[in-house]
Amino acid sequence: MSFRLSSDALDPIALKASLANLKAGACVTFEGWVRNRNEGQAVSSLEYEAYPELAEKEASRILGEARVKFDLLDAVAVHRVGQLQLGEMAVWVGVTAEHRDAAFAACRYIIDETKARVPIWKKEHYITGQSQWINCATRGDFAAEGRNN
Amino acid sequence: MPKLQITYYAVLREQRGLSSEEVTTAARTGRELYAELAARHQFSLPVDRLRLAIGGEFASWETPLADGAKLVLIPPVAGG
Repeated sequence: MSFRLSSDALDPIALKASLANLKAGACVTFEGWVRNRNEGQAVSSLEYEAYPELAEKEASRILGEARVKFDLLDAVAVHRVGQLQLGEMAVWVGVTAEHRDAAFAACRYIIDETKARVPIWKKEHYITGQSQWINCATRGDFAAEGRNN
Repeated sequence: MPKLQITYYAVLREQRGLSSEEVTTAARTGRELYAELAARHQFSLPVDRLRLAIGGEFASWETPLADGAKLVLIPPVAGG
């Protein structure tokens, strides 16, 4: 089981190969890609930043939780940091299990928890030249509900 | 008064204008400290949108601040 941050492009073939296991009847992987639109705006690129020590610690905890909850054989996740272009892979999650129910559920759990808990931040750059840190708006459209700043 | 190391990331780093600094403060908790910093530097995010780490681990905003503590202010995360 491992989580790491990567400054270099992710290699999904190598990552999947690292999960090879004759006990596994199922391997489920997830790839997060940089898409060209978000919240109605055209994205030109984005960047990810992380607090490495705690990102690794919290992500490792998430993988450990998944392994216990879902009867997995193994789980691996890698998250990019740095500048990414449209279409690049931002995150890769792979899990193996004897059976597919656990593998599907665990993969979903890992990416969902990672997005909610791991100290990694995303800054989107738009074709207009503007940019913003995602989830950090304090007023206007898509600001957190209940805010009255 | 405790002397603390504060590290900022992402939007907070941009608003503060630096990645980390040493701060001497009368603040007794992380919450009091953030109130002080936010007022001084006009941070846009209220404390309940942020999380705190002390010594490399998530911590409650109510944790008493010890001299030499290393704090990290964690803006809303957006990984994946």
